[in-house]
Amino acid sequence: MELVVASAVGVLTAGGVYLILRLRAFPVILGLALLSYAVNVFLFATGRLAINAPPVLQKYGEATYTDPLPQALVLTAIVISFGMTAVLVMIALGAFIEAGDDQINMTETDEDEPAGKDAAA
Amino acid sequence: MSSGSSLLPIIAILPFLGALVPGLMIRAGRTACATFTAAPTILALVMLGVLAPDVMRGEVIEARIEWLPQLGLSASFFLDGLGLLFAGMILGMGLLITLYARFYLSGEDPMGQFYTYLLLFQGAMLGIVISDNILLLLIFWELTSLTSFLLIGYWKHLPEGRQGARMALAVTGGGGLAMIGGMLILGNIAGSYDLTDILTQGDAIRASEWYLPALILILIGAFTKSAQFPFHFWLPHAMAAPTPVSAYLHSATMVKAGVFLLARMWPVLSGTEAWFYIVSTTGLITMVLGALIAIFKDDLKALLAFSTVSHLGLLTMLLGLGTKFAAVVAVFHIINHLTFKAALFMSAGIVDHEAHTRDIKRLGGLARLMPVTAAIAIVTALSMAGIPLFNGFLSKEMMLDAASETVWAGSHLVVPVLATLGALLSVAYSFRFISHVFLGPVRDDYPSKPHDPPFGMWAAPGFLAVFVLLIGILPATIVGPLVAVAGGAVVGGELPYYSLKIWHGVNAALVMSMIAVAGGLVVLLLHRPLDRLWQAAPRPEAKVIFDALIDASAALSGWVTRNLHNGSISRYLAIFVVATVALGFAAWNGGALAPATRPMLPIPAVVAVGWVLLVVATVLVVTMHRRRFQALVLIGVIGLMVSVGFVYLSAPDLALTQISVETVTIMLLLLALHFLPKHTPLESPLWRRTRDGVIAVGAGVAVTGLAMAFLTRDFSTISDYHLANSYTGGGGTNVVNVILVDFRGYDTYGEIIVLGIAGLTIYALMVSLLTGPAARRLRNTDYSQDRSRDRHPLMMVVATRAMMPIAVVVGIYIFLRGHNQPGGGFIAGLVISIALLMQYMASGFAWTQARQRIQYHAMIGWGVVVAGLTGAGAWLAGKPFLTSAYGYIDLPGIEEFGLGSAFLFDLGVFLTVLGAVMLMLYSLSRIARYAGETVNVEPMDYDPSKRVEAIRNGGE
Repeated sequence: MELVVASAVGVLTAGGVYLILRLRAFPVILGLALLSYAVNVFLFATGRLAINAPPVLQKYGEATYTDPLPQALVLTAIVISFGMTAVLVMIALGAFIEAGDDQINMTETDEDEPAGKDAAA
Repeated sequence: MSSGSSLLPIIAILPFLGALVPGLMIRAGRTACATFTAAPTILALVMLGVLAPDVMRGEVIEARIEWLPQLGLSASFFLDGLGLLFAGMILGMGLLITLYARFYLSGEDPMGQFYTYLLLFQGAMLGIVISDNILLLLIFWELTSLTSFLLIGYWKHLPEGRQGARMALAVTGGGGLAMIGGMLILGNIAGSYDLTDILTQGDAIRASEWYLPALILILIGAFTKSAQFPFHFWLPHAMAAPTPVSAYLHSATMVKAGVFLLARMWPVLSGTEAWFYIVSTTGLITMVLGALIAIFKDDLKALLAFSTVSHLGLLTMLLGLGTKFAAVVAVFHIINHLTFKAALFMSAGIVDHEAHTRDIKRLGGLARLMPVTAAIAIVTALSMAGIPLFNGFLSKEMMLDAASETVWAGSHLVVPVLATLGALLSVAYSFRFISHVFLGPVRDDYPSKPHDPPFGMWAAPGFLAVFVLLIGILPATIVGPLVAVAGGAVVGGELPYYSLKIWHGVNAALVMSMIAVAGGLVVLLLHRPLDRLWQAAPRPEAKVIFDALIDASAALSGWVTRNLHNGSISRYLAIFVVATVALGFAAWNGGALAPATRPMLPIPAVVAVGWVLLVVATVLVVTMHRRRFQALVLIGVIGLMVSVGFVYLSAPDLALTQISVETVTIMLLLLALHFLPKHTPLESPLWRRTRDGVIAVGAGVAVTGLAMAFLTRDFSTISDYHLANSYTGGGGTNVVNVILVDFRGYDTYGEIIVLGIAGLTIYALMVSLLTGPAARRLRNTDYSQDRSRDRHPLMMVVATRAMMPIAVVVGIYIFLRGHNQPGGGFIAGLVISIALLMQYMASGFAWTQARQRIQYHAMIGWGVVVAGLTGAGAWLAGKPFLTSAYGYIDLPGIEEFGLGSAFLFDLGVFLTVLGAVMLMLYSLSRIARYAGETVNVEPMDYDPSKRVEAIRNGGE
C-alpha cells in the first residue's frame, strides 16, 4: 500500500513538473493542479497510512484512529490551492485577452519595447 | 554597580529624544531652535558631570537592561575612563557646533533638519562609546554611518554633497558590515557579547585560531571609519558638507570612532605581530601620505581634511605600536587633535563665510582684515605643526619618542624616519595654512570683503584655542587626570611611566622635532616649484577608481540579473526544480537513515485498479496535454481517484473536500477554456521536451523515494493530544473538524481570509480587464462556433431545479453534523456553491444573476466578520482569542448536534468559502457577457409548457 501511495505521488509530481515546464499558460495550470494533488497526498501521507481508522471518535468501545492533524492541514490546503488555481486562471485569461496568446515567457521583443504596446493600443 | 548607573541609559537616549524637537522649534525662530538643540546636550553633559567624579576615581559605571537575553543582546551601557573622555568630547563639541552652526547656516538652509540630523548623529556616536554590549555597539556604529550620510549630504542641491555622502556611506557602511562579522566572531570566542567580559579575556582571544579573521574584519571596520589608507579617500569628499558638519565629524566624532574602537579593543587584540604590523604600518602610510597630499591642496577644507587623515594615521600608528606608553600618547593626542582641528575647521568656515572662497590661491593677508579669526587660526595651526607652548607639540614629542624606540621588521630606522617625515610634512602644511591665508599683503580681489564675524561665530573656536594654549602650557594640571584615567582604561591595568611637560631635556624626540620644523620651513619655501612638480606628476585619483569599482559592480549585478532573470518563467521553474532535487539529494546523503520499522499494508486488487487508473490518466494528461479539453476530462479522473484514495485511507473529510473542490475546479477551467485556445501548439523542440522529461522523472523519483522513506518508518505525533481532548475540550467527535475550528482555529481564520482575498483579487482582475482595452477585443472576438445550439437544455434546467433544495438540505446537513461526523463549513460551502453554479450553467449567467439577491463580496465579508467576532467573543469571557465554548442541542426529529462558538466559527468558514467560490466563478462568467453572450429571458431555450399553452390557446 505504501508503495502505491508513494509511487502515485511520484507519478503526479513528474507529470506536474513536466507540464509546468511547458510554454503555454494552460498546461502550466494543469501541471500545477497535478502538483497540488501530489503535495496534498504527500502531506496527508506524513500521518502514515491506516485503513478503517477515520479520526472520528467512537462512543462505544476501543477504536484506533489515524493521525488527524495532517488531514486538517490538507483540508485547508485543498481549498486554498483551489483559490490559487482560480487566481492563476484569471491572470492567464487576462494575459491571453490582453496579449493575444498565452505564452508564459517574455519574448525578446517584450523587453525591447516595454512602452510600445501601450502606445500602439 | 554605582548609584549613578540609572543615568547612563538616559544619557544614551537623550539626543534621540532631543532630535524630535528642533523640527518643531524652528517655527519659533533660529535662536530658539539652536537653544532647544543645545538643551539635551547640556542635560547629558550635566549627567556626565555627575558621573565623572566616580569614573575619575577609577570606578566603572554599568547599567544593564535585558532585551533579548537568549541572543546575548541587552541594552547595557558602561562608562569607564575612555568612555568618559569620548562622551565628553562628543557632547562638548556637539554643544560648540550647535552654537557655531546657529551663525554659520544661512537663512535658506533648513535649520531644524540640520539640528535633528546633528542630534541623531550625536546620539549614535554617544551610543558607540558607552555601549557595553557589542551588538548594541554595532547598531550604533551603523547608525553613525547612516546619520553622517544625512549630515554630509545636507546640501542636497550640491552634486558633490550627494556624491560625497554616498561615498562615505558606501565605504563606512561597508566597513561596518565587515566589523559585524568580526565582532560576532569575537563574541563567539569570548562566549559573551558584553565588552566588560570580552576585555577580561584577551589571552584566550589572542590564542584562538579565529583571532586573525576577527582582527582583520574588525580592523576593516575601524580603518574605513577612521579613513585609513587605502580607505582614506572618502573623507576629503565628505568635505562637501557644511563646515560645522566637517568640524564635528572630522575632529571629535565620526572618524574618531575607528580610533576609539582600536583603543577599546587594545587590551584584547593588541600585543601580537599581526596587530603590530597591520595597524602600525597602515597608520604610518596614512600619516605620511595624508600629510603629503595636504601640502598641495588649495582648498582650505581639503587641506584640513588630508591633515585629519594624516593625524588619524598618527593615532592608528601609536595604537598599533602595542606599547602602553604609545597607547597613552594616543589618548593624549586624541584630546589635542580635537581641540586644534575643530577650531581650524571652524576658522576655515569663517574665512569661507566672510571671504566667500576657500581657495588658498585667492586668499592672503587676512590677518589684518580679520584679526580675531587670524589669531585663533594661527594658534591652532601652530599647535597642529607641533610648535612648543601649544598642545600639539607635547603629544608630537611623545609620539616621536615612542617612534624612536620602535623596531620594524628588524630595522631601527624605518619608523623614526617616517614619523619624522610625517611631522615635517605636517609642519609644512600648517605653516602654509598660516602664511598663505593670513600673512602677506592684503589683496583687493577677494570675492567678498572679509571682516571678523560676530562673537557667536568665533566663540566656539576661540574657546578651543584657549584650551590649546592652556594644555600646551600646563598639560599636567589641565588634562593630566583625564589622560591618566582614560589611558588606564585603554591599557587595562598599570599605567606606564610618562610625564606631561614641555621640557624633557635634549633627547632623540627633540632632535627629530627640530629636523621636522626646519624641513617643514624648507618645503614651504620651495612650495611653488614642488607644487608644479606635484600637479604634473601622474597619480591615482581615488574617486575615479571608486566610481569605476561601483560602475563595475553595478554592471556585474546587472549582468547576473539579466542572465538569471531573463523573463523566462520556464527557466526559473526548471532551475528551481533541479536545485530543490539536488539539495534534497545532498541532504539525503548527508544523514544516516534509520532502518524501516513499519510493516507495509497489503495491496488489495481494487486499490491496484485505482492506482492503474490514476497513473494512466496522469500519463495521458501529459502526453495529450495539447488537446486541452481532453486533458481537462482526464484531470477529473485523477481528482476522482485521489478522492477515492482518501476514503480508503481513513480520511472521509478530505475525500468530501477533494471531490467538491474537483467539481468546482473543472467548472472553472471549463469556463476559462471557453476563451482560451483549445489546442496548445507544439513549440518546444525534442531536446527540450527530453530535458524537461528528465527533470520531471528525476523529481518524481525523488519524491517517491522520500515518501517511501517516511512511510516505512514510525514517527512521533502531537495528535494524541487532539484525539484525547477533541470531545472533552472541543465538544466534537470529528477530530479533523475540531482541529480546524478549535485547536488550530487561528490558522483556519487566516486561511478563510486568504481565500476571501483570492476571490476579491479575481473580481478586481476581472473589473480591470473589462474596463481596459481588452474589453473591446473581447467584444470583437467571435466565439459563436463554440456554442452549443441547445445551450440551456430542458432536462438540465429541470434536473438542477429539482436538485437545488435537496443540495441545500444536504449542505446544511453536512454543515450541522460536521463537528461530529465528516463534514463542516468548508465542505458545506463547496456543496452549496456547486448547487448554485449548476443553476448558472443550466439557465445562463444573466438569468441567474437577475435572481441572485446576495452580494458575494458581502458574503465573504460577513463570513470573516462572523468568524472573527466568534473568536473575539472569547474575550468577553476573559479567555484568549478563539477559545471555544459549546453545548448540545437535541431538536426533536434530527440527530443531536453541538451548538457552540465553534458552530458559529464554522458558519463564518461556510459563508466565506461559499462567497469566495461564487465570486470567482461569477467573475469568470461575467467576462462571457462581454464576449457577446446573449441574455436569455427564459430559464430554458425550449419550454414545452409554453408550447402546450400556445396550442391550447390556438385551439380555442
